[in-house]
Amino acid sequence: MSAADTEALMRQRLASLEPEAVEIADESALHAGHAGARAGGGHYQLTIVSKHFAGLDALSRHRLVYQALGGLMGSRIHALSIQAYAPGEL
Amino acid sequence: MSVQDIIREQVTTHPVVLYMKGTPQFPQCGFSANAVAILRACGVEDFFSVNVLEDNAIREGVKQYANWPTIPQLYINGQFIGGSDIMREMYQSGELQKLLQAALAH
Repeated sequence: MSAADTEALMRQRLASLEPEAVEIADESALHAGHAGARAGGGHYQLTIVSKHFAGLDALSRHRLVYQALGGLMGSRIHALSIQAYAPGEL
Repeated sequence: MSVQDIIREQVTTHPVVLYMKGTPQFPQCGFSANAVAILRACGVEDFFSVNVLEDNAIREGVKQYANWPTIPQLYINGQFIGGSDIMREMYQSGELQKLLQAALAH
């Protein structure tokens, strides 16, 4: 499996949030040799803008992202840093 | 005592609890290191930390407890606050300092 495949899968899953923008940065190289990296999961930084985040606190926004990603968390994704915005917040 | 009971007891008998990879002195993950640094920046040196790398049942159990798939996890007065991204956001807004001060004032 390649990092590009994982990013494509992330985008597919995140489509359920009808995002206006999704940016995914693969930071796996920064963590090479780390136990999680050896196990095959990547480190990603996600910035996402969605109307579904409007009126929600950060905890609830991150939960929506984790729910959308589902089983990717802990398998293809070892670590994920999330910045979740509602439209107009950026 | 089930793992969920152990976690409930840990988070309710200590005002500030951090589940992390490694220890505050030797974090073994960048996100856990960030979480410790944020607590210290808030003036909190003395918090209850649990090294999930030493106990796989706790490591998996705490993910269920908070319904949150990642470590670190911060709890204040038994309430799940978030992971390191949320800690950073709340620190930058000043909200985290207020919560911690209120929790540690007793």
